[in-house]
Amino acid sequence: MKPSVRPEVSKGNQAVSGEWPLWEVFVRSKAGLDHKHCGSLHAPDAKAAIQLARDVYTRRQEGTSIWVVKSDQITASDPGDKDMYFDPMADKVYRHPTFYELPESVNHM
Amino acid sequence: MYTQAMDTAPKEERSSLEDAALQQRFDARIDAGDFIEAKDWMPEHYRKTLVRQISQHAHSEIVGMLPEGNWITRAPTLKRKAILLAKVQDEGGHGLYLYAAAETLGTSRDQMIGALHSGKAKYSSIFNYPTLAWADVGVIGWLVDGAAIMNQVPLCRCSYAPYARAMVRVCREESFHQRQGFDALYVMMTQGTPAQRAMVQGAVNRWWWPSLMMFGPPDAESPNSAQSMRWGIKRNSNDELRQKFVDACVDQAKVLGVTLPDPELKWNEQRGHHDFGAIDWAEFWRVVGGDGPCNRERLAARVGAWEEGAWVREAAMAHERKRALKEKAA
Repeated sequence: MKPSVRPEVSKGNQAVSGEWPLWEVFVRSKAGLDHKHCGSLHAPDAKAAIQLARDVYTRRQEGTSIWVVKSDQITASDPGDKDMYFDPMADKVYRHPTFYELPESVNHM
Repeated sequence: MYTQAMDTAPKEERSSLEDAALQQRFDARIDAGDFIEAKDWMPEHYRKTLVRQISQHAHSEIVGMLPEGNWITRAPTLKRKAILLAKVQDEGGHGLYLYAAAETLGTSRDQMIGALHSGKAKYSSIFNYPTLAWADVGVIGWLVDGAAIMNQVPLCRCSYAPYARAMVRVCREESFHQRQGFDALYVMMTQGTPAQRAMVQGAVNRWWWPSLMMFGPPDAESPNSAQSMRWGIKRNSNDELRQKFVDACVDQAKVLGVTLPDPELKWNEQRGHHDFGAIDWAEFWRVVGGDGPCNRERLAARVGAWEEGAWVREAAMAHERKRALKEKAA
């Protein structure tokens, strides 16, 4: 199956309507943590997207850093492939440390 | 943030045989309490219902900026002005979260705004009432945002995940709105002059009944509610939430020292709830239908802002096209 563009939004008719393009916003909530997807917004360019993201998504100090990326630049896995992609890991319990029962004296390993 | 249950949904379309299996899987996921994501298969009626509800919710946030915005330049102190600015900015933000959630269903921002401006899409009827006095700003926080919170908290568990995520964000910010309103009223009631207390009571008298209407028509006249409940788009019935709101407000009104304008409002020991008087549904439908005190003014303000901003939107895009060309040439 072909990868679907952006997990959430189909491309719509931006080109036709002259709408500002859609951007995905990722915010690092504090130093040391990952940037996390928090939503999307329309903006004419990257600089404006960052500024608007500041106003829309961090009005209460929710972030220390923002990434924006144009929504149509994201390639996502197809939800229809979910089972095929992710189920094979369901029976591989030996990938987890808890699978191994060690003698009590070394079990903190 | 403001929703209103309108229940003006079209009748369910018949699924083709081909869709029956998909439909069955969808139903099973809903029954299991699973979240539905944007790219998952969903019945067309589910999608349409969500687009209508989420966009109406977004429109309500944006139009909801107008009644309170009316008082920003006239707020009594710098503190109250800063608070009101922050609140109105939040409403704008909430509108943007919600438009983005609705866009995941395949509708464009321009389509939604077009529907609002043409009068095809509705917004919460509460915003078609005027804010005549400063106390109205406090009462909107206390009662209108209070009613909105009752409506919205269950939506954080809505089966459609992008909507639920937006609502989590909204609800986190909404509590400030209600508390600042109560605080503004409380200061006037406990430290104010008799005229200020009368102003608060007057505002309560004007906003009480429209606030009760925010929960939508009575359950008996809300035929599509059952479907929305089945889908996990709606979690509580209109009347159930309205009762919860009335019960909560009675005690809060006592603390404030105001009277709720309903002579039939009294505790019913048997039900364990407050009984309250009949709501004027004719007024509700009149306002929804476009004939409230401020419908024309509100819509004209939105259309005006959109049209006057057109050159800015176009200029920003032209600037970006120019920059991109320069970058390519370099």
